Amino acid sequence: MLPTPSTSHVCFDRVYEPAEDSFLLLDTISAPSEAAFLHDRFEHPPHHGPCSTPPLVLEVGVGSGVVLAFVAANAGKIFGREDVLTLGVDINSFACDAASKTVQNAIKTGSRSTFLDIVNGDLASSIRPHSIDVFIFNPPYVPAELPDFSRHNDYNAPRPGQKPTSFEQDSYLLELSYAGGVDGMEVTNRMLEQIPDILDPSRGVAYLLLCAQNKPEAVKQDIRNWGHGWKAETVGTSGKQAGWEKLQIVRIWRSTA
Amino acid sequence: MKLLTLNFLTCAVKTCKTSASSFPLHPRDSELEIVEAEINVQFLQNILPRLMWEELGGLVNELGLPSLPPTAPLPSALVESKLQAPESDTTGLNIEKLEVPSQVARDLHRVLLETCIMSGGLVCGNCGHEYKVLEGVANFLLPAHLV
Repeated sequence: MLPTPSTSHVCFDRVYEPAEDSFLLLDTISAPSEAAFLHDRFEHPPHHGPCSTPPLVLEVGVGSGVVLAFVAANAGKIFGREDVLTLGVDINSFACDAASKTVQNAIKTGSRSTFLDIVNGDLASSIRPHSIDVFIFNPPYVPAELPDFSRHNDYNAPRPGQKPTSFEQDSYLLELSYAGGVDGMEVTNRMLEQIPDILDPSRGVAYLLLCAQNKPEAVKQDIRNWGHGWKAETVGTSGKQAGWEKLQIVRIWRSTA
Repeated sequence: MKLLTLNFLTCAVKTCKTSASSFPLHPRDSELEIVEAEINVQFLQNILPRLMWEELGGLVNELGLPSLPPTAPLPSALVESKLQAPESDTTGLNIEKLEVPSQVARDLHRVLLETCIMSGGLVCGNCGHEYKVLEGVANFLLPAHLV
């Protein structure tokens, strides 16, 4: 098993603490079957064709940064190449700072991958079209009312002259990390709309975490209905309850074969 | 934020995506800092085809940094051979031919991965919206009326 990056510097009062969902992503992406898929797609030099360029990994909603740091630190084992680029986005500026440190610490020793930045943003709205090779999203998936975004500007940074954060501010910032609206799918549905636009059309692949209340079978069917060879399959599961997987990782990719 | 990051970012306004002038974003009143990082020549060689060279050159000029060559270097130009004794050899007699990063590689590394925008703005050439950079973190959140 590959080591989990340290997040001991992160204040979990206002940044999502790594939990079962984060660990399911780590386990799935580094599992032998998934690593084989990713090696085949990205290995350098690949089995066929000319040398390929470094893959760009984007994680939206990095939180503590544990998943992106894991990918950055273990790029060689996961992708079969070290020259991997990592980039993150979070809507919470405290998470941006935290995740940036987590990734930098994780690659200090022994990794040759290249960390770009964590930017403060809404989903992948600021990403240049078709530039992402590997996309990772652990969404706010809990069926709960979305937070009131009108407070975002006030709550997204420490306010000058005041205590660093208030209880209300911290609660708001944590809500952003878990509350997903109706069926826990409101944020994920907005993200799914962007996926075909940000992924590289030939080698792009996305990993999406879903919980049982998100109606994963229907989500996967919707993706297949995009046409143009889009595929969606469950590649990792955890927490079986009465025959239902509590959490699962769906791989989304295009296959022209 | 690193200049290489700007190679992959664009304006967050949906209607700007189809306009060529929304990429790259233009730095405004930037405060730059050099954050030293270990050079990885193989990475630099492999990333060359992914760089929007012309746009990157424009960025570098807007920041008042030394201009990039008009066309991207060949991967072979990023290494040079050097005759020297390995570090472990204290006698200095066991001279070997080593491949080391060329000046071109070191310059490129400096621009892409060591030159960081610590504060300032990033402006869309299409809609004119300015995104703020604070303490090295760019904020791409849009006010409600632009979403």
